Amino acid sequence: MNLKSLSKILLIVSIPVILLLMLSSYAASVDDTTDYPVPPPPFSEGIFPCSGCHAGMEANTNRRELSFHEDIKLKHFDGWCFNCHNPGDRDTLRLASGKVISFKESEYLCGQCHGTMFRDWKVGVHGKRTGFWNGKKEYRLCVHCHSPHQPGFKPLKPLPPPVRPEDSKYKTSETIPLNPLDSIKE
Amino acid sequence: MSKKNCNNPSSKSVDRRSFLKGTAFGLASLAIPFGTSDASVWDAFFQKHFREMNDNEIKSVIKRMEKEYADEYKTDFKIKTTGPLPGVKFGYGLDLSRCIGCRRCAYACVKENNQSREPQIHWITVLQFEKGEKWVNVFEEADRYYNPQEVPEEGHFYMPVQCQQCENPPCVKVCPTQATWKERDGIVVVDYNWCIGCRYCMAACPYGARHFNWGKPQIDKKELNPDVHYLGNRPRYKGVVEKCTFCIQRTRENPGRYPACVEICPVGARKFGNLLDPESEIRYCIENKRVFRLKEDLNTSPKFYYFFSI
Repeated sequence: MNLKSLSKILLIVSIPVILLLMLSSYAASVDDTTDYPVPPPPFSEGIFPCSGCHAGMEANTNRRELSFHEDIKLKHFDGWCFNCHNPGDRDTLRLASGKVISFKESEYLCGQCHGTMFRDWKVGVHGKRTGFWNGKKEYRLCVHCHSPHQPGFKPLKPLPPPVRPEDSKYKTSETIPLNPLDSIKE
Repeated sequence: MSKKNCNNPSSKSVDRRSFLKGTAFGLASLAIPFGTSDASVWDAFFQKHFREMNDNEIKSVIKRMEKEYADEYKTDFKIKTTGPLPGVKFGYGLDLSRCIGCRRCAYACVKENNQSREPQIHWITVLQFEKGEKWVNVFEEADRYYNPQEVPEEGHFYMPVQCQQCENPPCVKVCPTQATWKERDGIVVVDYNWCIGCRYCMAACPYGARHFNWGKPQIDKKELNPDVHYLGNRPRYKGVVEKCTFCIQRTRENPGRYPACVEICPVGARKFGNLLDPESEIRYCIENKRVFRLKEDLNTSPKFYYFFSI
């Protein structure tokens, strides 16, 4: 009798505990913003925080020729600033759902349209990932390689082709060619 | 006077057998480097095959080699002999739909792995193909000397080729001295002190991935990478064959860095990981992408997977 009541009490107590545990683990799986260790977003110098200028400005949602930011040429679908930027708070971005996210997790914004890329990026197959193959990995945000305003990948100058066998001459050590890799800055 | 001494009256008679014996001893004694004060020349000459040495022998060989390299290159090399990690088989993925042919990988490899700058050796060859015209197995028709202002060029695609780390490596089969072999983690390595430079392996490799040191390798002192592995990027000798080792000096560490070519690729086309780990990038590529291996019909079973992500 005593034992039975004890087990009943235990059951009653354990149900909310288990529920709570499940809920918290669910919350942890949803909140994966910290899952991808990325370097800070590549802002142009002195441009962030945007509120530095925009704090006192009224958000103009009309599509128009900008009198500032004229260096930005938008070649990225038929969009406009506020498809991505948050008119309410310029220091953040806004998803189509209305959810506000920080610039540090802009991958969720890009992932809205580029779902397959986002899926591959998460497992480290789309885009560059460095670090350790069996340890900590460094991701890059989409915007580290693709300018959000002109996302096409820019062509590069190739490094010199290999020496043709017929052009190769064995020279003495005074003239060892240097590695051309060290001369490029990107 | 006997007939024998007619031609040489001043000396005793020398018969054929003792003449040959004397010549042999004489020549042998000339070959011994009496002038060298230290025993390192002897040690190098009688050095055993890498896999036949015990830990103490390896240690003394490494010590001797570090001294030799320090004398020759005026740089302190740290020669590692790290063995394969348990439960690891390395695999490599290359995304042909992303590669733009910029050759950053080829030169990052040269820098990391101390390849000779003069005469030039590249472990990675980037091939340029015209879209739709050639099948990628025909390397000989591909252009490896392309040099436009900017890449990618319209109507072309690029395929970097390096050692495919075959599971069934033909280069290993033909080596007459067993100076090259496949390690447990799948990397095909060369013992440069055991290689006699016959280049059979180069003839056997269907991918052109092995390279021969026709001259003494020359590298500018300030470009040397002193972090080296015995079976990998330690400076080579004239007359030995060398090849890609998946950056054995990096990847065999725990945690191990990605190979240099993976790290440099500006488009992230290169993927690397453990084939035995279902969570690795390379397994994801194999399971989810369109994958092919080069010259699969030869049954070499490469662990280098080309894939298309779009």
